[in-house]
Amino acid sequence: MRPHPRLAAAALLPLLTGCTGPQSALDPQGPNAASLAWLIWTFTAVCGLVWLLVLLTVGIALWRRRASSGAADEPLRPESATERRKQGVVIGAVVATVLIIATLTLMSFVATRSLTASSGEPLTVRLRGYQWWWEVTYTADSPDRFVTAANEIRVPVGRPVRLELSSGDVIHSFWVPSLAGKQDMIPGRDNVLTFTAERPGSYRAQCAEFCGMQHARMALVVIAMAAPEFESWLDAQRQPAAEPADEEQEAGRQVATGKACAACHTIRGTRAAGTVGPDLTHVGSRQTIAAGTLPTTRGALGAWIADPQTVKPGNKMPMVPLSADELRAVSAYMAGLK
Amino acid sequence: MRAVAIAGLAALLAAGCQREERDLRLDPPVTAALDQVAPMANAVGGAPPDVLGALGEPYEGNAYNLSEGKRLYSWFNCKGCHADGGGASGPALLDGWWRYGSDPVSLFVTLRDGRQNGMPAYGDKLTTEQIWQLVGYLRTVGVSSASFAAPSRNDEMQSRPAENRAPASAELGTPPSR
Repeated sequence: MRPHPRLAAAALLPLLTGCTGPQSALDPQGPNAASLAWLIWTFTAVCGLVWLLVLLTVGIALWRRRASSGAADEPLRPESATERRKQGVVIGAVVATVLIIATLTLMSFVATRSLTASSGEPLTVRLRGYQWWWEVTYTADSPDRFVTAANEIRVPVGRPVRLELSSGDVIHSFWVPSLAGKQDMIPGRDNVLTFTAERPGSYRAQCAEFCGMQHARMALVVIAMAAPEFESWLDAQRQPAAEPADEEQEAGRQVATGKACAACHTIRGTRAAGTVGPDLTHVGSRQTIAAGTLPTTRGALGAWIADPQTVKPGNKMPMVPLSADELRAVSAYMAGLK
Repeated sequence: MRAVAIAGLAALLAAGCQREERDLRLDPPVTAALDQVAPMANAVGGAPPDVLGALGEPYEGNAYNLSEGKRLYSWFNCKGCHADGGGASGPALLDGWWRYGSDPVSLFVTLRDGRQNGMPAYGDKLTTEQIWQLVGYLRTVGVSSASFAAPSRNDEMQSRPAENRAPASAELGTPPSR
């Protein structure tokens, strides 16, 4: 087969799209991610330059050796002038190596240390990892004003966010490449990650530590919004669940609170007060369900409730037997929980 | 002769390829059939559903189902009354001599419909499959026979013997009279 350089280049082009978008460490949207991205580029440039220089030196050495072959057949009796030149090159390379590595180490130290520094009063959010979803708790000055949600973090633009990371079962890792570096979530040990979003937008995050069957479908969205907008959103989240708007939704509430749903899920303002599954009080207002698996539409909610083990095999939500009418009603109710 | 021995050993190696099956999704008719237990008139003992045998007793010897049962034991706060098997406000489970029977059918009915003296009914909180998973796990707590399958380890300190240990009943002798 003849080589097709143009074809190969064209085939590699789509890889470049990985450099931007809602989940890319090379497309920083906050100071923490920016300092990390700068580190990546500097390291790549310096190491690339060194690599080129080494290759160049090796090439020159090979070339000159070949040109002078036959002349210097006495390796045990080197010419002193050539020997000194070689010594100079080696010493120069050693000094350059020490300097470059020391500089890069220092840069890395300074950059990673700056990650924990923050200016201004941070918003403290608790993020707890479970197989395979995220529990998000917005703290406040008193515990009765805490708000628990799932699979979506909303943050105000420009204000530092202090994420307190923990895990309820196995080791997970929180990674939102556009805003910050990775941080592990370890059972029995709380970690802290601070980041600031500089521009409004949605940034995808992903569990970055293999945590079981559905590790790949353990995503969440970080949504940065203007500060006043965020405050009014948070106030809305503090409210109990919306009342059913029509008879179908009312029937759905009966199903959700009377059937097995209520044993695991909380819907504030109703009898449903289970604590082992995600809080569903405002599930209809979130962008995705099942940790980024499906968009929050009534149809997706229905499919998910009807057969969770086909949508996301191995997840901890069981298939609860429901009649067609019950399923329709409960999906209408869930979609209405804005 | 040597070739036969090598082939035999190779065949033995292939046995290592068998991985335990995890049945993550039961078809709804199977779930419905699993609910068809036939307890005796006093709701202790009785006939298990036929489908249990047809499935190959998946809740007795399958480590995944045992682990799920162990998870449900803490998720649904069995610990709240029975502690880690030692008993608290509810009776102990470690001895294997249980008031309402320790066979799978009795346990299933106990969990689904509840019992007198405080055991609540979980029939509307757990699915049929989950009840069977709990039954399988509970039978490893009050062990009646040694098993090759064990649920996952505890994250906290182990406060009692391993779930797949040999039965304690041999040392216990006859059941205490009540």
